[in-house]
Amino acid sequence: MSYYNVYLKYKNLDFEKFFYGILPHDVEMAIETEGQDVSQFLTLLSPAAENYLEDMAQKAHSLTLQHFGRTIQLYTPMYLSNYCENQCSYCGFNSTNDIARKRLSLGEVEKEAMFISSTGIKHILILTGESREKSSLGYIEDCIKILRKYFSSIAIEIYPLREEEYARMVRSGVDGLTLYQETYDEEIYDTVHKQGPKKDYLFRLDGPERAAKNGIRNLNIGVLLGLNDWRRDVFFMGLHAKYLQDKFYDVEIGSSIPRIKPHLGDFKMLRGISNKVIAQIIIALRIFLPRMGIAISTRESPELRENLLPLGITRMSAGSSTMVGGYTIESHERLNTPQFEISDTRNVEEIKAMLAAKGYQAVLKDWMRL
Amino acid sequence: MDDILTIGGRGINNRLFIGTGKFSNYELMRNVLECVEPDVVTVALRRVDFGSKTENVLGYVPRKCMIMPNTSGARNADEAVRIARLAKANGAGNWIKIEVIQDNKYLLPDNIETLRATEILVKEGFVALSYMSPDLSVAKRLVDAGAAAIMPLGSPIGSNRGIKTKELVDIIIREIKVPVIVDAGLGRPSEACECMEMGCSAVLVNTAIAIASDPVNMAKAFNDAVKAGRRAYLAGLASSKKYAAASSPLTGFLREED
Repeated sequence: MSYYNVYLKYKNLDFEKFFYGILPHDVEMAIETEGQDVSQFLTLLSPAAENYLEDMAQKAHSLTLQHFGRTIQLYTPMYLSNYCENQCSYCGFNSTNDIARKRLSLGEVEKEAMFISSTGIKHILILTGESREKSSLGYIEDCIKILRKYFSSIAIEIYPLREEEYARMVRSGVDGLTLYQETYDEEIYDTVHKQGPKKDYLFRLDGPERAAKNGIRNLNIGVLLGLNDWRRDVFFMGLHAKYLQDKFYDVEIGSSIPRIKPHLGDFKMLRGISNKVIAQIIIALRIFLPRMGIAISTRESPELRENLLPLGITRMSAGSSTMVGGYTIESHERLNTPQFEISDTRNVEEIKAMLAAKGYQAVLKDWMRL
Repeated sequence: MDDILTIGGRGINNRLFIGTGKFSNYELMRNVLECVEPDVVTVALRRVDFGSKTENVLGYVPRKCMIMPNTSGARNADEAVRIARLAKANGAGNWIKIEVIQDNKYLLPDNIETLRATEILVKEGFVALSYMSPDLSVAKRLVDAGAAAIMPLGSPIGSNRGIKTKELVDIIIREIKVPVIVDAGLGRPSEACECMEMGCSAVLVNTAIAIASDPVNMAKAFNDAVKAGRRAYLAGLASSKKYAAASSPLTGFLREED
């Protein structure tokens, strides 16, 4: 059994027809119910639900308070390498982009770690492009060995691994995996991932499950909004999260909903995603899966991030750079091409102060290696 | 009224235990603790940053309160044991609230793993308070294993649904000789009062206080409710009757025959 079977079950669902048949009463029921079923989740994502955003937001807010309290967990990404064999049309690290490539030396990893750790951050997310040659598991393990000295939780956002490789990562001290499917639509997936190992839709789709089987504690899945009709992608991501939550009930499931941001390359955003859409997605996800973590990255503007907070956000990145060596490496040595551009450039102290002003406690540490 | 609860050889005056999660800031949490003066405050070790001056939650717990670390995040007995040892090694004392949860959806405890962890930690000298789904046989085994108190849930953590497990907890209170402390799910002071009227030794409250609009006053309300419930329990509640005592009793004729 794989989530793919669930995907196939709904792949040919006539979304337009379903949306057309939704009555106001259906939306009200979908908001009121406890334990929404699949059709109620889709109802919350529907055009009809747009008229009920405030009611939905109130419910989402109270569920978030109940399950997570007035707290937001902070983390910071660290880019280890931008070498990549893939040609993802939406990404700055696309192998056909003529940019300088770099992989941090272990000394540089330590320097970056010292800097990030000095901001008080205890949860680190390390990222690499997809290159088993340039960013081998051995290299990543060496980096983790250094990072363990500075951080209490280490998550990886790297190429999908085989089962035994995930077990190896867990043994080396990794407790979290971030792996976005980008889009659940197989055809669009195939179109936007022009070349490279990432073309293998199924291997990526089953990555979170392989990690869960091998002891990972936190899974973060996501879609890149703008590639496909957002309602379809978010629906399939929500079902994926539920599938993982039901199957691996000792694993914490989280999700992210990044929008495509400008980057180097020729890709033009397929579909515009408004702030209202982002709000509806967060609200619908929170009501459907009250205990799921929801992250909002620095791609979004400070103002929007603050407004989205009460709707269901539980994690935020802070003080982020999306460049390899972006924290401490001198700019002439550093690669000035980010994976994507950041809108919220505030540092950890500023984010903490903002959260405090909004009545939230910034949680810097929420785990320790055992 | 001299009514001291003793756990692990320690006298406890205030039967309201307070959890430290979910507060909007540590200063507010400290205000709550200073106003209510609980004897026992529980802290998730996973969140404690021993190395930080400003971010260390322990720095905000008044000295008068005893800190009871909990093993939140443990998915099995081994992880709970490791967390407890880490707590002790970092100077957090030898009290431990054993919390083993495999289920991230409802956050219900795993009684079997909890029992295993209790057996190990008691042997290592911990004063173990075991969080559990109310089940009499497991409660008895926990006592046999040396648990200093049993902490059955009222309803799932953070649910604010009240004492939905009342009948089961009531049986445990009657059958178990160690203190029974209802932990989790209490949303209103009246529900905490209800637990105390039943004969619980104490209650532990976190979410309902932390996410209230005015946590300090909500904590005070819980404090009053716990005291009132305890006083009522000690005073001996009159048994309730389903029907009014009839002025024309149906069996009155029997007396006439006497």
